[in-house]
Amino acid sequence: MAATYSASEMMIVTAARALAGVRTVFVGVGLPNVACNLARRTVAPDLELIYESGVYGARPARLPLSIGDPTLVSGALSVCSMVDLFGLYLQGGRIEVAFLGGAQIDRFGNMNTTVIGGYDRPKVRLPGSGGACEIATNAQQVFIVMRLGRRSFVERLDFVTSPGHLGGGAERAALGLPGGGPQVVVTDKCVMGFDPASREMTVVSLHPGVTWEAVQAEVGWDLRAAADVQETPPPGTDELRLLREELDPGGMYTQ
Amino acid sequence: MTNDEMTKVMGMKEAMAAYVHDGDTVAIEGFTACICFAAAHEIMRQGRCDLTLCRMTPDLIYDQMVAAGCARKLVFSYLGNPGVGSLHAIRRAVEKGIPAPLEIEEYSHFGMVGRYTAGAYRLPFFPLRSYAGSDLPQANPRIRSVESPYGDGSIAVVPPLNPDVAILHAQRADRNGNAQLWGLLGVQKEAAFAARHVVVVVEEIVDEAVIRSDPNRTAIPSLVVDAVVHEPHGAHPSYVQGYYDRDNDFYLAWDEASRDEAQTRAWLDEWVYGVADRASYLEKLPPDAWKRLAAGEAWAEGVNYGRYV
Repeated sequence: MAATYSASEMMIVTAARALAGVRTVFVGVGLPNVACNLARRTVAPDLELIYESGVYGARPARLPLSIGDPTLVSGALSVCSMVDLFGLYLQGGRIEVAFLGGAQIDRFGNMNTTVIGGYDRPKVRLPGSGGACEIATNAQQVFIVMRLGRRSFVERLDFVTSPGHLGGGAERAALGLPGGGPQVVVTDKCVMGFDPASREMTVVSLHPGVTWEAVQAEVGWDLRAAADVQETPPPGTDELRLLREELDPGGMYTQ
Repeated sequence: MTNDEMTKVMGMKEAMAAYVHDGDTVAIEGFTACICFAAAHEIMRQGRCDLTLCRMTPDLIYDQMVAAGCARKLVFSYLGNPGVGSLHAIRRAVEKGIPAPLEIEEYSHFGMVGRYTAGAYRLPFFPLRSYAGSDLPQANPRIRSVESPYGDGSIAVVPPLNPDVAILHAQRADRNGNAQLWGLLGVQKEAAFAARHVVVVVEEIVDEAVIRSDPNRTAIPSLVVDAVVHEPHGAHPSYVQGYYDRDNDFYLAWDEASRDEAQTRAWLDEWVYGVADRASYLEKLPPDAWKRLAAGEAWAEGVNYGRYV
């Protein structure tokens, strides 16, 4: 009998599997943190976790409360100043994959974490960039983890905080951005990639039991599908056991 | 006179009165760790106003100062209660102008790091690969770009940041202000070298010989320090690596209280205005607090610097 699992567990396991073979990952807090730690225990044993707080090669002994949790420091390979972290590691091109999320994303993977509404009189003032703008600019690849929803997958962003593929096509490369931009979007209902020519988000796989209509209903533009839409493989019993017993025993992110 | 006989040690009240004035540009840094709430609360008690508050992550510390009416302007790169959610007092000020409108000047993290670095190096700007394709330069016209004189195209630049005063928490210092820190280093060193005046607040005052036994760990030398304040647990509810953990209950309690203006006021009355100093604040914590927040032990292996006589 297949194991039962939550939508969050599906997202985390799928994000972790996307890291197969990766060596350096820039980790955000929350779901990406759990996904990266799961990947290190499964598909990417050589994975080094890098946090914008200045930590390289973290081995957190507990689920970090934030990207600045002291558990990320104890036992890490290196802890450096933030000018070194952003200058030497990120801008120096050493980050293979960075995880990002945001309040809003558009079809080209541009993201908004700054405001809902106008900048000067915002309806909702969001946290802002943090390191997201330079991470989106410099990481070799960006993986995005976000729940689907019409308020977040929008036709037009209220504010572009972090550049994705900009207006699509070759715009990103033409502007001279060093990193390759968004490659994968893992959601609670499907996985999306980006068309190699147009750079538009395309559905690559639907999670088990999810219909195309259910996905389209949560997205604010007419979604495109990749040539051959697959079913996302469900989480395995080993992955679920690691998540539930070791990585997030309190179920903070997995339920 | 040896360094051990010189002293820059001051009390918190005295140091804040000497170095923080109405209208100043103030940076109380510390990235998630070593956030000097003790200094912020004293500034609030002294009724300072019209401050330009600079900090990568305003965190609870500036949310409280904005709620207290200390700030005219905020310079920052990430407005969140880390791992918890929003900063409600700052949001109220930005979205609704309560208790007063708050001017903001917003960068990304690397932008803020670059501003302190340019400030410390006395450079006219710091170039960085960021902001291309982002709306941030439109929101903040101080983010600009220049053509590379070597023909590599254009590059974003941010201006130097030279605060009137930087207040930096660290694990330990000698009486003359040579400060050592470990764990997350944030922008402590860059902010110290950029600022016109520096107050270092420490968990422990140690002999100069302790500092000299491990010079690689000295991030902030006495050369740039004006005052040293000995304030154990002065970074609570944030943490100090190896000394105590973050008191997350406090972060959650502020999240709850700060959603409502009256409750925010009540919280400040109880924890800031209702106490005379840090010592009385600490007396209010539950008796088991420091047991709960104990850091445990994980010592570094020693290294041999050698004796080259």
